[in-house]
Amino acid sequence: MNNIFKLVWLIPILPLLGFLINGLGRKMLSKTVSGFVGSAVVFASFVLSVLVFLQVKSGNTSTLHFFDFIHLKSLNIAFDFKIDHLSSLFLLIITGVGFLIHVYSTSYMHDEDGKDFAKYFAYLNLFVFSMLLLVMGGNYLVMFIGWEGVGLCSYLLIGYWYKNVDYTNAAKKAFIMNRIGDLGFLLALFWLISKIGTIEYDQVFTAASLAKLSTFDMTGITLLMFVGATGKSAQIPLFTWLPDAMAGPTPVSALIHAATMVTAGIYMIARSNALFSLAPITLNVIAIIGIATTLLAASIAIKQNDIKKILAYSTVSQLGLMFVALGTGNYVAAVFHVITHAFFKALMFLGSGSVIHAMGGEQDIRKMGGLHKHMKITSFTFLIGCLAISGIPGFSGFFSKDEILMGVFAHNKMLYSFLIILPLLTAFYMFRLYIITFTGTFRGTHDQEHHLHESPSAMTLPLIILAILSIVGGFIGVPEVLGGNHWLASYLSPVVKSASHHLEHSTEYLLMGITTVLVLISITFAWVKFKNYKVSGESKGLGKILENKWYVDELYQMTIVNPLKSISAFFNNIIEIKLIDGAVNGVGKLVTYSSRQLRWLQSGQVGAYVLLMVIGMLILFFIQLFL
Amino acid sequence: MDIKAYIILSLVLFTIGIIGVLVRRNAIIIFMCVELMLNAVNLLLVAFSKMHALSSAAKASATFASDAQIFVFFIMVVAAAEVSVGLAIIVMMYRNVHTVDVNFLNRLKN
Amino acid sequence: MSIIQIIFLLLSVMAVGSALMMITSKNPVNSVLWLIVVFFAISGHYILLNAQFLAIVNIIVYAGAIMVLFLFVVMLMNLNAETEPVKNRRLQLIGVTSGGALMLIIVSAINKIDVEQLVQINAGDSGLIKVLGMNLFKNYVLPFEISSVLFLSAMIGAVVIGKKEEIDIKK
Repeated sequence: MNNIFKLVWLIPILPLLGFLINGLGRKMLSKTVSGFVGSAVVFASFVLSVLVFLQVKSGNTSTLHFFDFIHLKSLNIAFDFKIDHLSSLFLLIITGVGFLIHVYSTSYMHDEDGKDFAKYFAYLNLFVFSMLLLVMGGNYLVMFIGWEGVGLCSYLLIGYWYKNVDYTNAAKKAFIMNRIGDLGFLLALFWLISKIGTIEYDQVFTAASLAKLSTFDMTGITLLMFVGATGKSAQIPLFTWLPDAMAGPTPVSALIHAATMVTAGIYMIARSNALFSLAPITLNVIAIIGIATTLLAASIAIKQNDIKKILAYSTVSQLGLMFVALGTGNYVAAVFHVITHAFFKALMFLGSGSVIHAMGGEQDIRKMGGLHKHMKITSFTFLIGCLAISGIPGFSGFFSKDEILMGVFAHNKMLYSFLIILPLLTAFYMFRLYIITFTGTFRGTHDQEHHLHESPSAMTLPLIILAILSIVGGFIGVPEVLGGNHWLASYLSPVVKSASHHLEHSTEYLLMGITTVLVLISITFAWVKFKNYKVSGESKGLGKILENKWYVDELYQMTIVNPLKSISAFFNNIIEIKLIDGAVNGVGKLVTYSSRQLRWLQSGQVGAYVLLMVIGMLILFFIQLFL
Repeated sequence: MDIKAYIILSLVLFTIGIIGVLVRRNAIIIFMCVELMLNAVNLLLVAFSKMHALSSAAKASATFASDAQIFVFFIMVVAAAEVSVGLAIIVMMYRNVHTVDVNFLNRLKN
Repeated sequence: MSIIQIIFLLLSVMAVGSALMMITSKNPVNSVLWLIVVFFAISGHYILLNAQFLAIVNIIVYAGAIMVLFLFVVMLMNLNAETEPVKNRRLQLIGVTSGGALMLIIVSAINKIDVEQLVQINAGDSGLIKVLGMNLFKNYVLPFEISSVLFLSAMIGAVVIGKKEEIDIKK
């Protein structure tokens, strides 16, 4: 019955194996082989994940203990995996979406050198391994290892084209911002260890353990964890790395910066829901930060012209929405949205990759247009993605987003009144993107127009699969009011305890209606406004602020980077040169001077040495006897 | 006799040896001073052995009091070996630099 | 003052005086001869302490073998008062003062501690050849044998060092 659990260790090990094969053999393997190995190991993991998922679905969960990782007197941290409802669900997403993106990459990255191609797959496999470790870990330490691992892989893949200085800078930015968050997470772990003495999920989330924590501890720990989540999941104030992270190859953006890694923060909070539910202050902070992020990012997305930047800000915005769900205690909805978002955002990123591929590397939507004629599959699948993210009824985004909005409405009407703007903005910027890119007339050069083509099947097939998932993915959580029974909520109920909210059915219908109407209005508005899109000059007023991303980067530059730089300059010029160098040189001078003075002692004459020895004995006797 | 008399006698001889090492430059004399110091210690050891011969522990064991004298014997052995090697060194030094002045041997300086 | 004390004093004065003469005489040959006198005085002390074996060995080994070796070397090198290097006066003064100070300090240290132990004089058999021999060949037979190895190596060393070689260590 539990035989499949004996093979669970293979799920992360297989991608690691792929990483080793591709990484070590990158100079020998042909592109076909490394692409096949990279995809095959992930597919094998996916198959195993499905089997594990079926086991878990039938009610078997397990904590698999491998070995003692850290063993101290009072602290025992094991290396173990926890296979339960939540982690098995994430396993499916990571390996499933990951496999599709691997397949897509074999075609997308085909122009790279054999060596770089294998390197790319090695990194991608390493990422999958780390991500699996993150979700499978049976305690926070294993999660933290994966957490750091995905951060590293994200850095490596953003800076994949390392010869471009801007790209490596973007990679460094992502890494450093992640590190800031990681520090918070780490501090939370230390706090937890010092108070409870364990970070094993099974032991932390017991009533006895939780009783050991005062309200202050609880708030502090959860806030620090949330700091970690803001770094990984790109929330205010640590969100600016995610748009820059689009420097990496597009499939990377799809896998890491849309579907999986950035949802690690949500996974972490959902996993720790028992803790967070006891810290209402933290939940409020999460909700406020989430709503601020989601609106800020959505507003920025309206005026961006880089196809990937728009999607990146859209991702930040959607992540913010998930945090709002977490902040209102609606963990199931957050996980639900993670799943649907993984489908449609990966779809759109891959679609944009297909567009970029066809445009020969061009990412500016002002130079596109009318692409629908040339690439029908990409266009249709992208449209499905747009409909899904906008929340058109029937598509997956509708169900998850609607559930979050319901939760917020039940939790706090004020919050809801802010959040109701979001579907409007989302639908607007998504359809702006779609209309400008795929309809109208082509605005690029003749060469590019001539070059336009539909992508090969290795790229379109994942698109189609993801499009189907984007449509049907929502049906795992059809709410009661629409005649469903919300399978996801009942599935997750053993692990995740959401705050229950009861609304009148009529209210729910009304809210759904309002959002749907708003979205439709917004889409129509976008259609009217961008139907005959012409490249216009510089925008003014609010538009300019939005185009410049609310000047957040500049603000950080001014308030954090510049003072840091001046402090560093101070340390470099004053402390380093005067104090440290002075001390070091002073020691040298002192030694030279004193050795010059002491040199006469080294006369080389044995008699003098004996004399000194006798004097030394004298002194010792004197001290011993008379002092 | 009081043991103190022997201690002070040995000490005086030992110090004369030290002073000799300090003030003389002739390597042979210095070497002889070292021998004098060894003999001062030998004398003290014998005096101590005879002091212990009066103790109660000496009555229990026949060899208790003579251990120190055995040590004197070994010191003589070592001194004899040392003199043979040391004098060989001095002879070689004289052969090379034609003096026995230790101040000529300041090569430790470099 | 008993006869023992008189003999002790006589021997002590003889030893110290000869030692002083040894370090002060200009001629190395005289130094050697004075040192032999010191050794004889010390042997006298040994006899006074009823350590006849050591007294004899001291005379044979030290006064006999070793000092003859010294005398031999001194005469071989033809050293005399004229060739004696003169040392810096100031350094000599420092040497004498520091040596004297060391002696004074140790003497005062010994005066501080209260040793009122007597020494067995002219009696006891612990220094006789029979007892010493039993002890040496029963309890200390291994060191005794090892000391023969020491002698052998010293002999080889002396031969190796003293071998005439054309090594130029002059500047």
